[in-house]
Amino acid sequence: MSANDFNTPITPELVKEHGLNEEEYKLVLEIMGREPNINELGIFSVMWSEHCSYKSSKKWLKTLPTKADWVIQGPGENAGVIDIGDGQAAVFKMESHNHPSFIEPYQGAATGVGGIMRDVFTMGARPVANLNALRFGEPDHPKTRHLLSGVVEGIGGYGNCMGVPTIGGETNFHASYNGNILVNAMTVGLADANNIFYSAAAGIGNPVVYVGSKTGRDGIHGATMASAEFDDDSEEKRPTVQVGDPFTEKLLLEACLELMATDMIVAIQDMGAAGLTSSSFEMASKGGVGVELWLDKVPMREEGMTPYELMLSESQERMLMVLKPGCEDAAKAIFDKWELDFAVIGILTDTKRMVLKWHGEVAGDLPIDPLAEASPEYDRPWEPTPKQDRIDPSSISGKVSHVDALKTLIASPDLASRRWIWEQYDHLVMGNTIVRPGGDAGVVRVQGTNKGIAATTDCTPRYVMADPVEGGKQAVAEAYRNLVATGAKPLAITDNMNFGNPERPRIMGQFVGACQGIAEACIALDFPVVSGNVSLYNETNGVGIMPTPAIGGVGVITDLGHHATIGIKRDDSALIMIGAATGELGQSLYLKTIEGREEGAPPPVDLNAEKRAGMLVRELIELGLVRTCHDIADGGLLVAVAEMCLAGNIGADLHLPEAGSEVAWLFGEDQGRYVIATRDPDKVLNAASSANVAAVIIGQAGGDAVTIDGGAKVSLAELRDLNEGWMPSFMAEAAQ
Amino acid sequence: MKSAVILFPGINRENDAIAALEQATGTKPTVVWHGETELPKTDIIMVPGGFSYGDYLRCGAMAAKSPIMRAVAERAKAGVTILGVCNGFQILTEAGLLPGALMRNASLKFICKNTRLKIENTNTRFTNQYKTGEVVDYPVAHHDGNFFADRETLDRLEGEGRVVLRYCDANGVVDPATNLNGSQRNIAGIINEAGNVLGMMPHPENAIDPLHGGTDGRNLFKSLVEAAS
Repeated sequence: MSANDFNTPITPELVKEHGLNEEEYKLVLEIMGREPNINELGIFSVMWSEHCSYKSSKKWLKTLPTKADWVIQGPGENAGVIDIGDGQAAVFKMESHNHPSFIEPYQGAATGVGGIMRDVFTMGARPVANLNALRFGEPDHPKTRHLLSGVVEGIGGYGNCMGVPTIGGETNFHASYNGNILVNAMTVGLADANNIFYSAAAGIGNPVVYVGSKTGRDGIHGATMASAEFDDDSEEKRPTVQVGDPFTEKLLLEACLELMATDMIVAIQDMGAAGLTSSSFEMASKGGVGVELWLDKVPMREEGMTPYELMLSESQERMLMVLKPGCEDAAKAIFDKWELDFAVIGILTDTKRMVLKWHGEVAGDLPIDPLAEASPEYDRPWEPTPKQDRIDPSSISGKVSHVDALKTLIASPDLASRRWIWEQYDHLVMGNTIVRPGGDAGVVRVQGTNKGIAATTDCTPRYVMADPVEGGKQAVAEAYRNLVATGAKPLAITDNMNFGNPERPRIMGQFVGACQGIAEACIALDFPVVSGNVSLYNETNGVGIMPTPAIGGVGVITDLGHHATIGIKRDDSALIMIGAATGELGQSLYLKTIEGREEGAPPPVDLNAEKRAGMLVRELIELGLVRTCHDIADGGLLVAVAEMCLAGNIGADLHLPEAGSEVAWLFGEDQGRYVIATRDPDKVLNAASSANVAAVIIGQAGGDAVTIDGGAKVSLAELRDLNEGWMPSFMAEAAQ
Repeated sequence: MKSAVILFPGINRENDAIAALEQATGTKPTVVWHGETELPKTDIIMVPGGFSYGDYLRCGAMAAKSPIMRAVAERAKAGVTILGVCNGFQILTEAGLLPGALMRNASLKFICKNTRLKIENTNTRFTNQYKTGEVVDYPVAHHDGNFFADRETLDRLEGEGRVVLRYCDANGVVDPATNLNGSQRNIAGIINEAGNVLGMMPHPENAIDPLHGGTDGRNLFKSLVEAAS
């Protein structure tokens, strides 16, 4: 679009191109009291895009629990903030960069990582850990290797250069993501609890300051693109994908933290989606003030840029700040040292209006609150997902031996080792990584203390697809469980809601159900939502993704001397399963991979039992009774034990139940369960009994094979080859 | 015992370096900004890892031209102990303080993992606390660690005992299968002719705490202290 002239006539076509429907445009006319000019139209377009306004999701997001004693800042700021004791706070959020990553995987993923780190250091926190949640199409799809390879390189390229360790994540493959991959990036930062920075502008007459990279033409209309479905021409949208510069962001991080150590900042907001528009409107709206912006003062990368382009550019590595008056020179000296642009580009006013000036001439004049606060909110029609029947274990053919099933599962795209991915991420920089990727949750030490922060990302989309409420619960419960398995106390979550087109009642029903399930789990587990992001319209040619509410969980380990990892450490330990099993095979990987059936009710989540089991396991780890723990998730008990054996390079012999289906026992995906290894099984069983938690000895560690009931076995060497082999050989085919 | 850490824009393992030096020397090192032209009086200079200037040009090429590097070169000439790790190694080769170059890993991918290293020469001020032929375990984290030099230089390095560390397996076997990144002759670290400058790709500073999963890196820093005192 060319918009060199802000007297461009506003035609219905132009309105439509800006993604505004007739109703919305009527509201624009009402708010403006006149026809908007092109700059103003562009601003309405991005502010009211689904991506920025949450117009389809707001109604339901409001129902999520967001409070606990330790919550310092819930949703609504750049990131959530929780108290982790000793005057310290953890600041974290997860955010999607799905649409851009499909179009340009390296830059899409890289700028997703850059964006989420900026959200966290905007709050005054130094990023200390990155995680991600990735979904790709089926492995055989012609684009999958290219997308996977580009996304992983992009995440590594940005995070490694920034010097923030990438300590965890998850990766799934499914045909429903063939046309819409998901790239969700999460950052956890550390701050002083009494030095958190917020975005509400204040102080009439205070200078509005722009810092960081210069503004170019990249990413214009990125937010609008991210609010629409794809079609066959989506690759033409490549110019709307931003380009990342991690070196500049590293400088921006250091400069911002240096400035934050002084007393000069009133408010700060990063320029993410919808760039200068979104940041300036949000800061003004939260602070109840007006802003006059002098757009010709914005540092520009290219000649001939227009006010329209400056307001809508999504160039990366930029921040907007309000400084205390008279601090400009001292602040500028810091940015000069880091060789970053620093420009006073406006002033706070008492008009509650956004006035855009271009060489002294008014290029736009809009009321702030009606745009930011009174954006459309839809109560979209929705229909619940029909429930599926529980899978009766007797319907399983059982043609495959348990050992062969294990071998198939552990080498399947769902369960094969992700080492190929995480070895491309620097997961050790900063020198505080205590639990590396490949376990249940990553753990980083809080610099200079014996305290650890554990973090994980989780979601099982096939469960959510089959039953959004149970699936929503499960995603939260699994995050909780993964934190507990390291010995951490789970404190709060961030949610990244990835769904299809909300204008379809069935999809909207998935969203509503998942919100309900998440809310129930958060309340039961005392595990509130403190930040999040919604990505809708993940559809191509009318086919949507599996509903994927990715949950990022954060917890604290008070004494790293007592934490657990998944690897079996001694061959004289007993293996105990904590939590009860009834043999839930619905939506299990066994059913899908071995029987070729993607069906049935997913395993139900008993939130009370989940909490009791979690508290018991954490206590056992804190007491030093347990140093080896793994949650039972995808693939069930046998896969969990095999993973513990591989990680510790010690085998195990697993008992079979005296009655009931062996397949359901070994491969059922019942929730709320852990396997622990201990040399003091009686103490553990007694503790479980007094905590009213089911616990049973399921086998014994030892040897160099996974053995079933003293009989059939598979050597660890063979299992390792199967588990580690799939992804490298799959990706090597890409090069041929 | 005084130490200094040089900080270029884009360096990101400076705190890891500071922690290791502080643990070994008992004193926090001085951090020297790249724009400075003078170094404080110091026994040890460390050039840490990261992505100086984003490594957008050849790795280390921009940092090698920073004002402070003239002072570093002078100290090198004067015999001060200088340790360059990862990007620091790349910077020292670009600055001409060490021979050879670090090219893209043979896999063309960033590699972050623990690796075994054989200590080939313990008669240096960086390795005097190790046993000859000892196999140690440090992590690597780099995209461009593939050491290259012409045959003549390599032969000279070998002949003068200047190959200090090589990639190997747990049994100390040095062969193509244990060559992590395609380096000529599995070379992971070399010293200069005078023996006071070491460049290495692996990160001893990330192996100094039992919680790191190992403490094999401690002896490298202990060696520096031993040699300087």
